Amino acid sequence: MSTKSIASQPNLITKKKRKIQIAPYLFVLPNLLIFTVFIVVPTLLGVIYSFHYYDGLNPMKYIGFDNYANIFTDDKFWSTLGKTLTYAIIVVPLIYACSLGVAILLVQQVIMKGFFRAIFYWPTMISFIIVGLTWRWIFGELGIINAVMVAFDNEQITFLANPFFAKVAVIIAAVWSRLGFFMVLFVAGLLAIPRDFYEAAHLDGASKVKAFFHITLPLLKPTTLLVVMLSMIEAFKAYPLMFALTGGGPNKATTYIVQYIYETGFAKQELGLASAMSVVLFIIITIFTVLQFKLTKGGEN
Amino acid sequence: MTPSKPQKILTYVLLIAFSALWLFPVLWIFLSSFKNNTELYQFPPTFLPQQFTLEHFINAFEKGNFGKYFLNSAIVAITSTILLLLINSMAGYALAKFKFKGGTFILLAFISTLMIPLEVIMIPIFKVLSFLGLYNTLLALIIPPAATPTGVFMLRQYLLTIPNELLEAARIDGAGEWKIYWRIILPLCQPILAALAIFSFMWRWDDFLWPLIAISDPSKYTVQLALSNFIGEFNVDWGSLLAMSVITMIPVLIVFLIFQKHLVNSMATSGMK
Repeated sequence: MSTKSIASQPNLITKKKRKIQIAPYLFVLPNLLIFTVFIVVPTLLGVIYSFHYYDGLNPMKYIGFDNYANIFTDDKFWSTLGKTLTYAIIVVPLIYACSLGVAILLVQQVIMKGFFRAIFYWPTMISFIIVGLTWRWIFGELGIINAVMVAFDNEQITFLANPFFAKVAVIIAAVWSRLGFFMVLFVAGLLAIPRDFYEAAHLDGASKVKAFFHITLPLLKPTTLLVVMLSMIEAFKAYPLMFALTGGGPNKATTYIVQYIYETGFAKQELGLASAMSVVLFIIITIFTVLQFKLTKGGEN
Repeated sequence: MTPSKPQKILTYVLLIAFSALWLFPVLWIFLSSFKNNTELYQFPPTFLPQQFTLEHFINAFEKGNFGKYFLNSAIVAITSTILLLLINSMAGYALAKFKFKGGTFILLAFISTLMIPLEVIMIPIFKVLSFLGLYNTLLALIIPPAATPTGVFMLRQYLLTIPNELLEAARIDGAGEWKIYWRIILPLCQPILAALAIFSFMWRWDDFLWPLIAISDPSKYTVQLALSNFIGEFNVDWGSLLAMSVITMIPVLIVFLIFQKHLVNSMATSGMK
């Protein structure tokens, strides 16, 4: 979309204006400078580090592809990546289904629409640290869920000390906190579908369910692609939520890839190795994004 | 095609059930933060505080030094947002309204880095901050995030819709480029700047990973760092923690309530976070 808009940009600069050509550079300069120092330089440095042995204190030592070779034989790295993938495979469809469901409810003619929308949107504005803390309080040994369990004659469970329940807790918290954001995208997508389509389908005697599968879903493809891509990338980057909710435990059950890289880099001081892991993570995220884009043909109909 | 009555009832039942589920967690920590310690650790828990107390809030400020963290976060969120609005709109103006050598390249460079998450470059960023002497300073939280490609891109796209005749007329009247930016471009950008300001404030206020990398000195902690630090302690003081969480949510809640409609609309059209 960017190339198109650049091409259609009217040619503003007449010969007379060539004199003031320094102005655009001055306008871009502050942003470009900060951007270069804090995004471009670190990106390049990260790639350079990944080919070195570097503990952050002593001078770097060039070791070629050794860091990458180490990653390939690092079972923990792959099991952590596997856990992250499993998390993504569960959380992405859940977020998709829930946010689409709520969006469909919200585009109906209901009273207090703004109030309902606010309730769903509000959690997206709360930091992951507080989201994690909130659910930690709810899932705690003395928490409200255990109180309900006991009220129904079940045993108290220390949810967050149990690997399975800890993972469930993380997924519930993630869906709770992100639903509102994706719901807004779906509402916009749903409102863009012309009403005539549904009326025509109704006249043809199609049921609501049929209309949903044959009109709504196909026409929502661009939004769906956006939601799946964004939530997928988010799932791969998840860390702050787990930091507050489970601390990555119990026994590393909810330690996902970013936390693993963070610990390798900052706790174990293996900056070179951690940088190589970052490069691998970046490649994986890119592959997933491109793959989804290709598979769905860019979400076009 | 008017919905049938059973369908309407079903819509409301589902909507109310879902929103109750979504409302409950925040309501629960809000209620819990006003309970005294005996009640807080009582099982099964009470729903409403039996003896309403503000002791946790007082503790958070007196013993937990929370006022300092709150102030740090406020300084960071406000100054970083002002800086962001200024430099993003300047860059957006240059990229939308000038054809200059390297302009397209700069724009593409900005956009392509949207793909590089902070999580991937956190280790070298730590090194760059240390090298520049910014490690453990609030400046490290204010300056780097202000140059967000998202903001530049949004402003550029918005400015493309503004007719060039307006700028041409000002130039003919002899206005300098800076004056045009300050007197014409900035006022015209107001709606999008407002939306961006809300997002920037929220991003900075809620941010955790960047402060985690840039700050280790407790006197420079932001609220999120302070919270994460308290939760990592062996004996978690839930009372203070809940009170701090409630206070931390208030600034964003205020911003949210004021701009709710505006925010959701602008987000729907730009699809950003």
